[in-house]
Amino acid sequence: MSKTSFVYVTYIRATPDAVWQAITDADFSGRYWGHSNVSDWSVGAPWEHRRLDASKKVDLVGTVIESEPPRRLVITWAFPGDIEEPAKVSRVAFDIETHKDDMVRLTVSHTELEPGGEMERGITEGWPIVLSSLKSFLETGKGLI
Amino acid sequence: MDLVFKALADASRRDLLDRLRADNGQTLNQLCAGLPGMSRQAVSKHLAILEEANLIAAVRRGREKLHYLNPVPIHEIAERWIGKFERSRLDALSQLKKALESGDE
Repeated sequence: MSKTSFVYVTYIRATPDAVWQAITDADFSGRYWGHSNVSDWSVGAPWEHRRLDASKKVDLVGTVIESEPPRRLVITWAFPGDIEEPAKVSRVAFDIETHKDDMVRLTVSHTELEPGGEMERGITEGWPIVLSSLKSFLETGKGLI
Repeated sequence: MDLVFKALADASRRDLLDRLRADNGQTLNQLCAGLPGMSRQAVSKHLAILEEANLIAAVRRGREKLHYLNPVPIHEIAERWIGKFERSRLDALSQLKKALESGDE
């Protein structure tokens, strides 16, 4: 079955290091994303997308495929119950490039998604919210979530 | 934000965004094939304006350039004027409008 892809871009007045930290730091990610991204971010390491409440429930899981701080991070991305089914494991690449001296162009490429699946519905609604919130968090100190 | 409004103030460009929403990641050739009334140069120019406004993210794949709808700037505009608590009521109104206008729901 053919797979579907989405690409999202946002420009943020911040340094590449700050954007990298906002994506990979468990505390920082929790402040604008509503979930913490937890991993040691070495290639091959697992990562988890964990709720902030007492349950600490893990809603997404995956593996780190590429990790070049602060420029590029590639991870696999799936619901915890789907991680053993290759067809249901998608891939997310974060590319962080300097733009006009004091800005960063952040590109999120979400590929290898099952067309029409629950994950596709979730991420097409989710990424614009997360990226707007990330921009607001880094530029004003406040996330939108 | 000016660039976004200028880019959206043209029916052909909104049509291009609709086409990418229906089928994301198309090449210039694919988009031109769907728009026989528009010259290749015109489509190319509209795509450049949409890319400049960050409403399209273009990704190179080999010799091809794939165009993806990037709704992030539109979301930022919505965030500016729509409050968190208004959203669910506006969604409900929008669904009601769609249901009434489609007539078959």
